[in-house]
Amino acid sequence: MKGVRHYPGFTAIALGCLLVLYAPMIVVGIYSFNGSTSLTTWGGFSLRWYADVFTGEEAERFGMATWNSLTIAFMAATVSTVIATAAAVAMVRGGRFRGKAGTFALINLPLMVPEIVIAVATLIFFSTIGLETGYLTVLIAHVTFCIPFAYLPISARLQGIEGTYEQAARDLYASRWQAFSLILLPLMAPGIVSGYLLAFIISLDDFIITNFVKGAGMETLPTAIFGSVKQGLKPNIMAISTMLLVVSILFVTLSYLINRRGQKTLVQQGDRA
Amino acid sequence: MKAAIELRQVVKRYGATTALHGVTLEIGDNEFFTLLGPSGCGKTTLLRMIAGFEDVTEGQILLFGEDISGREPNRRPVNTVFQQYALFPHMSVIDNVAFGLKMKGMDLASRRQRAGRMLEMVHLLAFADRLPSQLSGGQQQRVALARALAPEPKVLLLDEPLSALDLKLRQAMRVELKQLQEETGITFVFVTHDQEEALTMSDRIAVMSAGRVQQVGPPREIYEAPVNRFVADFIGETNLLEVEVEAVEGGMARVVLPGGHRIACPAAAGTAGRHHLSIRPERLAIASQGGEIEATVERVVYLGTDLQIITRLDGGAAFDVRLQNSARVAVPAPGTRVGLHLEEGAARLLAD
Ligand SMILES: Nc1ncnc2c1ncn2[C@@H]1O[C@H](COP(=O)(O)OP(=O)(O)OP(=O)(O)O)[C@@H](O)[C@H]1O
Ligand SMILES: [Mg+2]
Repeated sequence: MKGVRHYPGFTAIALGCLLVLYAPMIVVGIYSFNGSTSLTTWGGFSLRWYADVFTGEEAERFGMATWNSLTIAFMAATVSTVIATAAAVAMVRGGRFRGKAGTFALINLPLMVPEIVIAVATLIFFSTIGLETGYLTVLIAHVTFCIPFAYLPISARLQGIEGTYEQAARDLYASRWQAFSLILLPLMAPGIVSGYLLAFIISLDDFIITNFVKGAGMETLPTAIFGSVKQGLKPNIMAISTMLLVVSILFVTLSYLINRRGQKTLVQQGDRA
Repeated sequence: MKAAIELRQVVKRYGATTALHGVTLEIGDNEFFTLLGPSGCGKTTLLRMIAGFEDVTEGQILLFGEDISGREPNRRPVNTVFQQYALFPHMSVIDNVAFGLKMKGMDLASRRQRAGRMLEMVHLLAFADRLPSQLSGGQQQRVALARALAPEPKVLLLDEPLSALDLKLRQAMRVELKQLQEETGITFVFVTHDQEEALTMSDRIAVMSAGRVQQVGPPREIYEAPVNRFVADFIGETNLLEVEVEAVEGGMARVVLPGGHRIACPAAAGTAGRHHLSIRPERLAIASQGGEIEATVERVVYLGTDLQIITRLDGGAAFDVRLQNSARVAVPAPGTRVGLHLEEGAARLLAD
């Protein structure tokens, strides 16, 4: 069989795509270590812009924004993972019920609706019910759009777990809750961790919705970066971006690895049994 | 006989399809009872209803005289050995076996001790700390058995527990299972579609087909006195012939075979008219001449312990004869005409 490389133009197109996708990130990564104040001319290797992030004139602003981002990501990921787990159990184990297809669509809608629409709608909603924009509104919005991202790996994992494990537990005198907490939950754990990490990173990363519902004075890291860039591009932004990138890659890799390892244990058992 | 389980007119419907059409059964205490039938006849459904995983559409299920329809599975003194074993993949072997005891509230030391004894019983004590995925299929099967027996259920349900094992292991496990049942005195309800398994292990067998119980009885009765065509055909091998019953006198029927030969047989279900006749291939003797039936040998198939002689009756129907493979038997050559002697009770008229 011919490999994928033999398709005409494969190499050129692949290289083109990789270049467009990753060249900017690589450039940012490299220039974050630039010793000069210029964005484009190389002035030798230096960590000065990393130092600037933590001690420079914008340090306090970025520090506050980072704190907001992390606490919101932590809480949003936690709450949305709990909701997504409950939703996945209901959808996958709940048998057939009325409105199941509709529920599925509702859970996953935020993935399809343009983010700007959600942003505007959420803002209008908050102002209609008279909730003042700020930390709380950002948190609520983040919980909402994080749910489908947490839901996907969790429900995928649950679908791979046969119902007989819970039945075996029930047969051995476990109550519904015990069968769930002692058997199903540990088996779902890789999917749950993976969903949590994904939700965390999605929250950490969000700009559009946050920017609409954050109100004045409140900043998360993405909005703070945007605000700083509007006043002029400085190399310290490259340092922040690079750190954010590393954290993102770390989380996504972790999520992937955990999911794959979990998959393996289930498959092994299934093969033998 | 004290009944451990009583099924009264149990019906199960899944939407428009009916899986069980009014099953009535009594399963005795300390009995090794087998549900036998082809794929899709409703064996698993029946077992799952006894365990409490499926609702009863109509009818009643009684456990030691108490109606348990509608009771949660964890509140029934019944344990199951699942077909795919369903060992908890994240728990060690001993934790798997101790799970039921833990749920029943036994303290750690006692349940470890009892789980250890159960593992000893199935010769797996050395594997106590392994994960299920580190065991072979046969070992997993025995862990599943130990896990289900550990809480001392009154009834053990087994859904084709041997079907994933190879032939040798399966045969060894048959003996082990039967022994275990006799030692523990627990009622076993065993599901299989393998008639040999059913015949060798059971005290009684219920033969099922298409959601109905066709016949209930000890293996010998099921095999030698099948009540209808389905049971005769499903259990063992048999020659089914369409025959004409000429006359019934004094409990004996005179029957005309397709080839025109006339034989006499007990008229259990015999009234005059067309019926089916079952003749087991091993209940015949071959002679070069004479015999109630004459046939022509077509082929001789070597089966190891047995020889299968495929013959054709004069009327054109195929007819099998089994001979034990011993130096003493004279094997007829293909093409020769032979006479077939029926042993006493070899031929049986079927109700339908
Ligand atoms: N959840 C269900 N929904 C609809 N029909 C079902 C369901 N479960 C079983 N059935 C039907 O009920 C009938 C009996 O099924 P059951 O699983 O009891 O058969 P079985 O005798 O155990 O067969 P096998 O030997 O293949 O395991 C089948 O016709 C099956 O299609
Ligand atoms: Mg079945």
